[in-house]
Amino acid sequence: MKLQPVLGKEPKVLEPTIKTRRKKNSFFRNLMKYKVLYLMLSPGVIFLLINNYLPMFGVIIAFKNVNYRDGILHSPWSGFENFRYLFSTSDAWEITRNTLAYNSVFILLNLLIGVGIAILLNEVKNKYASKIFQSVMLLPYFLSMIVISYLVLAFLGRDSGFINATVFPALGIEPLDWYSEPKFWPYILPLVNTWKNIGYYVVIYLAAVVGIDEEYYEAAVLDGANKWKQIKHITIPFLYPLMIIMTLMQIGKIFSADFGLFYQVPMESGALFPVTNVLDTYVYRTFLVGGDMGMSSAAGLYQAVVGFGLVLISNSIVRKINSDNALF
Amino acid sequence: MNKGTKTSRAIINGIFTLYSLLCIIPLLLVFSISFSDETSIVANGYKLIPEVFSLKAYDVLFKDFSQILYSYGISIFVTVVGTILGVMLTAFYAYPLSRQDLPYRNGFAFFIFFTMLFGGGLVPWYLVYVNLLDLKNSVWVLIIPLLMSPFFVLVMRTFFSSSIPASILESARIDGAGELKIFSKIVLPLSLPVLATVALFSTLNYWNDWYLSMIFISDNKTISLQYLMYRTLLDIQFLTSNSNVASQISSAGGGNILDLPNKTLQMAMAVVGVGPIVLAYPFFQRYFIKGLTVGAVKG
Repeated sequence: MKLQPVLGKEPKVLEPTIKTRRKKNSFFRNLMKYKVLYLMLSPGVIFLLINNYLPMFGVIIAFKNVNYRDGILHSPWSGFENFRYLFSTSDAWEITRNTLAYNSVFILLNLLIGVGIAILLNEVKNKYASKIFQSVMLLPYFLSMIVISYLVLAFLGRDSGFINATVFPALGIEPLDWYSEPKFWPYILPLVNTWKNIGYYVVIYLAAVVGIDEEYYEAAVLDGANKWKQIKHITIPFLYPLMIIMTLMQIGKIFSADFGLFYQVPMESGALFPVTNVLDTYVYRTFLVGGDMGMSSAAGLYQAVVGFGLVLISNSIVRKINSDNALF
Repeated sequence: MNKGTKTSRAIINGIFTLYSLLCIIPLLLVFSISFSDETSIVANGYKLIPEVFSLKAYDVLFKDFSQILYSYGISIFVTVVGTILGVMLTAFYAYPLSRQDLPYRNGFAFFIFFTMLFGGGLVPWYLVYVNLLDLKNSVWVLIIPLLMSPFFVLVMRTFFSSSIPASILESARIDGAGELKIFSKIVLPLSLPVLATVALFSTLNYWNDWYLSMIFISDNKTISLQYLMYRTLLDIQFLTSNSNVASQISSAGGGNILDLPNKTLQMAMAVVGVGPIVLAYPFFQRYFIKGLTVGAVKG
């Protein structure tokens, strides 16, 4: 900092004494001065303490051998026993693989189909038609997973399902027992997920496509560029930053699965567990169906810690690209 | 316009018409099943247009309508109270964070954003609500956990700090307005778009929630609409897929369970549950589209 001539010298002598006194009182003075703002913050703080921070201390359950006689706090410590047991089963590998594989496919489909449809929708020049397409596409996004389960059941039901009873007979194909055939679900689940969520990505990407300045296209047309070249050299490059950020944000959450999709849509069919069990459903079933608190906590903590790392990594990449879009 | 662009436009419109149909047909199918005759369904399966039209499913459903009405009541109560409290809580937390002059502002910001990064997991969270707060089977446990989402706080704070000029707040302060007055008379009226967006998404979150019910509700009293639909989905299926169980119940004098139009009844339940939302959708969808893009500005 530059020294201030004349005026700056005088306060400099006085500064130390003022500073120490201010430090002592500043906390309370600030508290009084901004008491209304702090009061406004307090309900939220209480909520977060109860809903988020108190459970964080509960991660100790993962290191305990919980029994109901001693209660949770006084149950004996078991070190990493729960984790050792979790990772010695094939479950740990299966749920990790399923979570990561499905989410990777979802992210890829959301990106490719979302951008593709947004660009195509931008070519629908009738404003009215474009609006209707957009809102129809967004409709599934607002249905709950329970409703989606009904819709899927109406198609895939064994005896009366639309596919088995109407589509397959017309094509001369034998009916299939969809809810006990694991091999189809790695295709069904991405289909359902994309059907439900793609409207959201289309709306986001379309907003960006619409925002591109018309002048670029006019110049390209003068240079003789056709539609395909315009999309390839103007639209897509303009979308790159948004594409990268949307994708990285999903990668940050790649370790947590959509519980409803994996729990409700397959109708809890046990035969499908090898391809539908993910971290979230495992944590739920182990605890609330199986009653094993320690194991469930261990799996939950494993998910939280790896997820934490992934968010940090993806966020630091986002910040490098565009600091406005970083979470922190 | 030359011929090439005309045909390509026709193709694009064709693709979107097809895709729009794909979005609607599943709903139409469920709707059609619910108005079909059970025996024709059992014989020939689900069709997009009822082979034999019948209102039997709705007849049975409306015979005991009290549960559905009650569940609607629970869902509406949870949604309305949750949204109002949630928006208030979110605005109360977001506004101080938007004030550049507030000391320890970053600490409070970190306090909420950290919850986006790390959580204790299902087990301890469950224990806090059930053992510590003793809220199992209470209607409040369907409300409290969804009150405040860090993402909405983020969206609101960004709106407050970018759309409300600090000079307006400054001049109000010079005129002698207190913090509460500034907040309620200046900040909130200027922030209606973002308040509406958060309220709309909060409404949707509450209305569509079944997860909290599945975890915390074990009695048959506090059954929200989504949870009722979930139970119906599993229960009727259970009855039809285990005919042994069904015949046992009917031979024990539990009524003619096999006579019930199980499959159409199930879908009628879905229609009664989702119908009002789908009917209302055309009226509120444009606000959602606007809201989605507001949220994505900083997301």
